[in-house]
Amino acid sequence: MGAIVEFEHVTFRYPEESRDILCDICLSIEKGSFTAVLGHNGSGKSTLAKHMNGILLPTQGKVFVAGLCTADEDRILEIRHTVGMVFQNPDNQIVANVVEEDVAFAPENLGVPSEEIRQRVDDALRLVDMYEYRRHAPHLLSGGQKQRVAIAGVLAMQPELIVLDEPTAMLDPKGRAEVISTVQRLCRENGMTVVLITHHMDECIDADRLIVMSNGRIAADGSPAEVFSHVKEMEDEGLDVPETVRIVRDLNDCGFVLPTDLLHTEECADAIAAAVLQRRAAWQS
Amino acid sequence: MAVISVENLTHTYSAGTPFEQTAIRDVSVTLTQGESIFVLGHTGSGKSTFVQHLNALLQPTRGTVRIDGEDINKDKISRRDVKRRVGLVFQYPEYQLFEETVAEDIAFGPKNMKLSKEEINERVREAAGFVGVEESLFSRSPLELSGGQKRRVAIAGVIAMRPEVLILDEPTAGLDPIGSRTIMENIRNYREKSGATVLVVSHNMDDAARYCERLIVFDHGSIRMDGTPEQVFAHTEELMDVGLNVPKAAEIAAALRKRGVPLEGAVFTHDQLLRALRRAGEVTSC
Repeated sequence: MGAIVEFEHVTFRYPEESRDILCDICLSIEKGSFTAVLGHNGSGKSTLAKHMNGILLPTQGKVFVAGLCTADEDRILEIRHTVGMVFQNPDNQIVANVVEEDVAFAPENLGVPSEEIRQRVDDALRLVDMYEYRRHAPHLLSGGQKQRVAIAGVLAMQPELIVLDEPTAMLDPKGRAEVISTVQRLCRENGMTVVLITHHMDECIDADRLIVMSNGRIAADGSPAEVFSHVKEMEDEGLDVPETVRIVRDLNDCGFVLPTDLLHTEECADAIAAAVLQRRAAWQS
Repeated sequence: MAVISVENLTHTYSAGTPFEQTAIRDVSVTLTQGESIFVLGHTGSGKSTFVQHLNALLQPTRGTVRIDGEDINKDKISRRDVKRRVGLVFQYPEYQLFEETVAEDIAFGPKNMKLSKEEINERVREAAGFVGVEESLFSRSPLELSGGQKRRVAIAGVIAMRPEVLILDEPTAGLDPIGSRTIMENIRNYREKSGATVLVVSHNMDDAARYCERLIVFDHGSIRMDGTPEQVFAHTEELMDVGLNVPKAAEIAAALRKRGVPLEGAVFTHDQLLRALRRAGEVTSC
């Protein structure tokens, strides 16, 4: 498929500070993939995200978006069309008094003809399942609904990549589930490339790839099952692993022999139930 | 002994305007000294409106809030006094740090209580100790600290008033697992040492399973459930119905029971799940 974003030996530090926030990052994000990025507070994961559309520029090294260097001032608008960002606080991202006007804000600024704007707004709102709310006032929506409107606003720019920086940190469980399933659908059904920065382990289990950031470096990079199977390393990083992985690890320590790549509740329950019931049968006979 | 009793509390925002909205309706509940309570509910369920009544930050549209039998909204003086007895830590409290040094920021509350200098210093040290803020940070600017440290300084500022009731609105939002755990353990430590009542507004079911004795679940402005974690987490479907979920361990336990694995007792934490599974599998080797 090819890469949409490439980091070449990227180091970043804020002017007048002595610490590198990112150290020599080399990374490429495949088109159409779903990448989750985990890391403790201060690990550099948000800084990484802000390099993906030129909000921040590397102190050393280069970032390319669809082949364009983010340091090239003449191309920065193109880069921002290619990569849309969604942030943590939904209230800071909504500018208009009506949902559909909010979603139209970006394409209007891009000078898109008005009929096409109508089309893009309707399409974007349908994609995030908020079309019914197009005439509503954003401030009366729930957090999850507001975040989906913010995502629609980004989709209306027709980007190739969406970067979401802790989009669920301020949401309740239902809102979180709405946002995550929307993002997954965009990737799986509409071919959108997604980078999701998060603290929540369970939001990562359906990603194609999981990157763990630590002190400005990439500490782990692989499929979620691979990365989470290193329970001890994850805990040393100050991160948790999903409960499915922990319980399997502890059962295996007690003499069970269960596969360690079970991330979903259902598959984990299948394996544990089979093992436990088999033991009980053996015990009784 | 601070016993808070809330009777028929209703709060309507923007009453008498087209934007009128009743956030909580006819809520009655009693909170006993020393309890550790989690207040759960979806966004807009009324839980923040509820806790803001407990120190008279909001006044009831109808109903009363009493502390030890006294109406906290009786007059200006009662409203001021209750703010010292019931400390409220807002969401993202680190945005409210404003003094030049960490020590001054923590001292802000006690200073307003017109305490002596020695008493203020004593309380600053004590409060900082509860949240693990080292004295070497006292002369630093709060702005230089990490997010987790800032939040602990902000919490210390409320603890320094030695509240009998400590309320925290989503104290771990946006923090990583270690940062969250540290804060929850700091809070538990304060409660154990001081005997204070602690109310935590949260969306985190795993924290609720681990850190409290009583859960109050809000839904559309009313209390939908009120009980121990065992009682509340037994109602998975009802929780899902109000936009919440159950701890991961409880979810796995439910899936196992559906598959015929007999798990004894309440299971909603990792340790309970492991114990129940070991018993179910008759594993005696560890």
